[in-house]
Amino acid sequence: MTLFGYILRRLIGTIPVMLVVAVFIFLMLRLTPSDPAAIIAGDNANAEQVAKIRQQLGLDQPMLTQFFIWFGKVLTGDFGESFFFKKTVAALIAERIEPTLSLSLFTIVLAVLIAVPLGVLAAHRQGTWVDRLVMGFAVLGFSVPAFVIGYIFIYVFAIWLNWLPVQGYQRISEGLGGWALRLVLPALTLSVIYVALIARMTRTSVLEVLSEDYVRTARAKGQVERKVMFRHALRNAAVPIVTVIGLGVALLIGGVVVTESLYTIPGLGRLTVDAVLARDYPTIQAVILLFSFVYVMINLAVDLIYTLLDPRIRY
Amino acid sequence: MAAGATSAPQGVSRPPSAVAMALRHPGVIVGGIVVLVVVLMGLLAPLLGTIDPSSINPAARNRVPGAEFTMRTDTGERIRMTALFGTDSLGRDIYSRTIYGARVSLLVGVAVASLSVLIGLAIGLVAGFFRWLDAVVMRIMDGLMAIPAILLAIAMVSLFRAGVLTVILAIVVPEIPRVVRLVRSIVLSVREEPYVEAAVTLGTPTGKLLWRHVLPNTIAPLIVQGTFICASAILVEAILSFLGIGVPPEVPTWGNIMAEGRQVFSLYPHNIIYPGIFLAVTILAVNVLGDGLRDTLDPKMAKRV
Amino acid sequence: MKPFKHALLAAAGLAGLTLATPALSQTTLRAVMHSDLKILDPIWTTAYIVRNHGYMIYDTLFAQDEKGEIKLQMLEKYDVSADKKVYTFTLRDGLMWHDGQPVTAEDCVASIKRWASRDALGQKMNSFVESMTAKDAKTFTINLKEPTGLVLLGLGKPSSNVPFMMPKRVAETDPNKQIEDFTGSGPFVFKKDEWKPGDKTVYVKFDKYKPRSEPASGLSGGKVAKVDRVEWRAISDQQQAVNALTKGEIDFIEQPSHDLLGGLKKDANVQIIESPQLKGQYTFRPNHLQKPFDNPKVRQALWYAFNQEDFLMANIGDAAYIKECKAMFVCDTPFATTKGMDGLLTSNVKKAQELLKEAGYDGTPIVLMHSTDLKILTNLAPVAKSLMEKAGFKVDMQSMDWQTLVARRTKKDPANAGGWHAFLTAWVAADVMNPVSRAYLNSACEKSLFGWPCDAQMEKLRDDFAREPDPAKQKAIAEAVQVRAIELTPEIPLGEYLQPVAMRKSVKGFLIAPVPVFWNMEVAK
Repeated sequence: MTLFGYILRRLIGTIPVMLVVAVFIFLMLRLTPSDPAAIIAGDNANAEQVAKIRQQLGLDQPMLTQFFIWFGKVLTGDFGESFFFKKTVAALIAERIEPTLSLSLFTIVLAVLIAVPLGVLAAHRQGTWVDRLVMGFAVLGFSVPAFVIGYIFIYVFAIWLNWLPVQGYQRISEGLGGWALRLVLPALTLSVIYVALIARMTRTSVLEVLSEDYVRTARAKGQVERKVMFRHALRNAAVPIVTVIGLGVALLIGGVVVTESLYTIPGLGRLTVDAVLARDYPTIQAVILLFSFVYVMINLAVDLIYTLLDPRIRY
Repeated sequence: MAAGATSAPQGVSRPPSAVAMALRHPGVIVGGIVVLVVVLMGLLAPLLGTIDPSSINPAARNRVPGAEFTMRTDTGERIRMTALFGTDSLGRDIYSRTIYGARVSLLVGVAVASLSVLIGLAIGLVAGFFRWLDAVVMRIMDGLMAIPAILLAIAMVSLFRAGVLTVILAIVVPEIPRVVRLVRSIVLSVREEPYVEAAVTLGTPTGKLLWRHVLPNTIAPLIVQGTFICASAILVEAILSFLGIGVPPEVPTWGNIMAEGRQVFSLYPHNIIYPGIFLAVTILAVNVLGDGLRDTLDPKMAKRV
Repeated sequence: MKPFKHALLAAAGLAGLTLATPALSQTTLRAVMHSDLKILDPIWTTAYIVRNHGYMIYDTLFAQDEKGEIKLQMLEKYDVSADKKVYTFTLRDGLMWHDGQPVTAEDCVASIKRWASRDALGQKMNSFVESMTAKDAKTFTINLKEPTGLVLLGLGKPSSNVPFMMPKRVAETDPNKQIEDFTGSGPFVFKKDEWKPGDKTVYVKFDKYKPRSEPASGLSGGKVAKVDRVEWRAISDQQQAVNALTKGEIDFIEQPSHDLLGGLKKDANVQIIESPQLKGQYTFRPNHLQKPFDNPKVRQALWYAFNQEDFLMANIGDAAYIKECKAMFVCDTPFATTKGMDGLLTSNVKKAQELLKEAGYDGTPIVLMHSTDLKILTNLAPVAKSLMEKAGFKVDMQSMDWQTLVARRTKKDPANAGGWHAFLTAWVAADVMNPVSRAYLNSACEKSLFGWPCDAQMEKLRDDFAREPDPAKQKAIAEAVQVRAIELTPEIPLGEYLQPVAMRKSVKGFLIAPVPVFWNMEVAK
């Protein structure tokens, strides 16, 4: 089978997945006891006003009808209008994408820059205190919740040392410096769990490669250790590392929600929490669909990179 | 029995040695002891010098650790108390809440782990053994897995009535597909074993087949997986509480104590620090325990991650 | 050079060419409000954040000054006929909508009509109105069927829903639908293109606004916008908002958490302003349809079970900001009275237990809704639960976010099937200072708000109050209303608290008013 055929097949395979997501999210929202109409109507509204709003939103229609109306529109790319904000869901999401994307990319870059050297170091010094320290940190990073880390960082770096801003986001268009400055703390916070994951993975895969024959041969041939590490071990360890970055996207998405609420970054994570609290069905549906889609696509991309990096893997 | 099974963990084929090995592993020992201490702490909470963790005392709000305050008992008596870990904004004793908090955190962790393992096991066995169901079930699982777990949990908890049960279910649902995948992969590889194929041709009833040959092979990996699920469930519970959409706030959980304290963090950091330490240590211990179990019971998996 | 630059900028502003990023010489006030702005129609919803938005971009016919007196705002004058049945209003010169069109009497009539069909006080006022007509571009009249004091009370209403004036085309929007055009005539212009819910809301100065010549006082007087731009930043975490204020990343916090004021007071760059008008009152609302709260005696027991101090301490915690006050219509206001309150709200547990016994309370658990996401309300329900349990109630406290509570409280189902028995909330003092505007006193059975108290006598008293133009007699009726309210228990007032505002010292000119407004405020560069 050709690569193209493989991609096509995988792409088609995502359709039922996304369908399941859509049905599940829709059902979950409709089966809840909450009532967006009552929330929109405000604190002093009476039952009649609430009923009227419910009608305007189309929430009085049978569930199946609602689903097909919504889903039909989604297929044409129309995610509807938010129940709350006088905006289309698409517009809401569009203005929230930049902060989330910035935060995620910043985090991944930061995490890889910190984690890969740490992992290689640990593998290189396997069994020594360096190795134990790095691995200890990795388990710790996995165990301390991001918001606790966030508070510690805010306290130390923003309030005590006064090096960085405590909150907020600045768009890239308003200046690259301010953008980066405001992202440092959130990205550091978010990257902790990621560093833990990647460092562990890097160590394991480097160790595995180090024990393989060709590396042993290289070593036996008297190549300098550092050279062996970089030329052979790390390059071959790239495959599992890429995988783990892909797997970590789910983690990242979860972390974004917490980090964005902590640092008041107006991204998709906060939009999700706000929308859920406000029972803004169209927005919740769209955001979850979007996140799921991204997740599926990234996994697909990772699989592709996997096949490209390691020709031994067949598709 | 499953002597030559490629994916059969050694733990099942030679139970005594694997268990003995596990018990000698430093991670299992250290992690196990810490977890045991936390469990005992939760169980014996009333005996550890605590007071009612939800009794409020508006006159003694936001006391720093070590401060003394006066408490009025139900009989009207006034007693002086020392707030070892301080008090929160309702004047509740953080020490008592933290100790009692172990109960909910562990309950959530263990319940989520057992439920997702059991449900995942059932679905995985069925999916692995009945080809016609497999496609449908796995598509649904893929879909569920595509929804980021935290988002799903947030949505479920905040949309349904918040309670311990809702939180447990909300964390279980996204975990199930991962267990199903694991179980299914084990089933598929076991199915190809010659002795299983032989049993199939001999017309062994499916139920017996699953029970005798497949189930035992899943135990070790599921124990390991369950431990990790437990750690992540404790963490997710804390995150949900922190976001204000978890277990009802009057219930003492570590996440709730921290959520309550986040509003006054800069003045009274003790609200976050103490439960934060307990939370981190517990999750750490469970993770270390899981690592140890994986290394000894399920070395195949140890290689994978 | 500098004046020239200013002129240039002004010109650019006039031409509608304001830049997305504020130029350096512009002054911007960055504020954190109590909630994010999501809805933009202050007539359609009563949410306070939308009311505050309304004050930014709309103007009002009358306005309350610092002392609570109603003053002319958009009006030049108004006359009342001898029989008190015809009101004639004249608009002042130079009023202009943000789109450059003049404000006309027709606009105002349409706006009053829309408001009067939504607002509780407005509806009451409307029942006295025979007709409203625009006489010419600047004059309009209101003809009444019979005299009432409600016209001024209504049009001068400072809090939700405020009768804001909108252009006729906007005011003709179906009152049950939200408006889509945000043209006002107030001192600031709403920048719709920069409005990002969950991030920020932006207003810019309206250069053609003609303020009154009097100095600003409360909500009245000259509304002079002294900053070029006001940004409402959405920071939902209180601690982070305070951190940001300390670091100068924002200038103003509308409702800083009381617990954090101690830290802010030590900050030399921050000032805390306490305004006697920014006052809240806690209240307990029982559901009269549900057993056992259908029994007046059981409701009576609550008056004995509760005490205000515990609620105030648990939520505010600082004695400097709380006031135990048994006057239902808010202490230090015209209708304040403690009549009928003797011995109540003192946590007389014994008396409460006796009453429950007499009433034959069978131990039905009281479903108490606990809202957990609004800091100012979070600790109310746990205190109520603890006090009620001492009195012998069984309490099933259920936690939920405020939005869920709002949805659930409209349900009349049995408490164990999705309904409820009671919840607690806070009113802004300005909303509850008389028997008509105090919405929870409405006891018109099915037509009253959730909780559904039903009492003909109370309704008659409130009607009498609405009809009575003489303030002295109104006071007597208000007293009778309070006494009846104690017997009926549509709600239980649980004490008052001050809500200070916090801002950088560089911010000057904050006005003492029941609503935080941004005209008259300056930011030093």
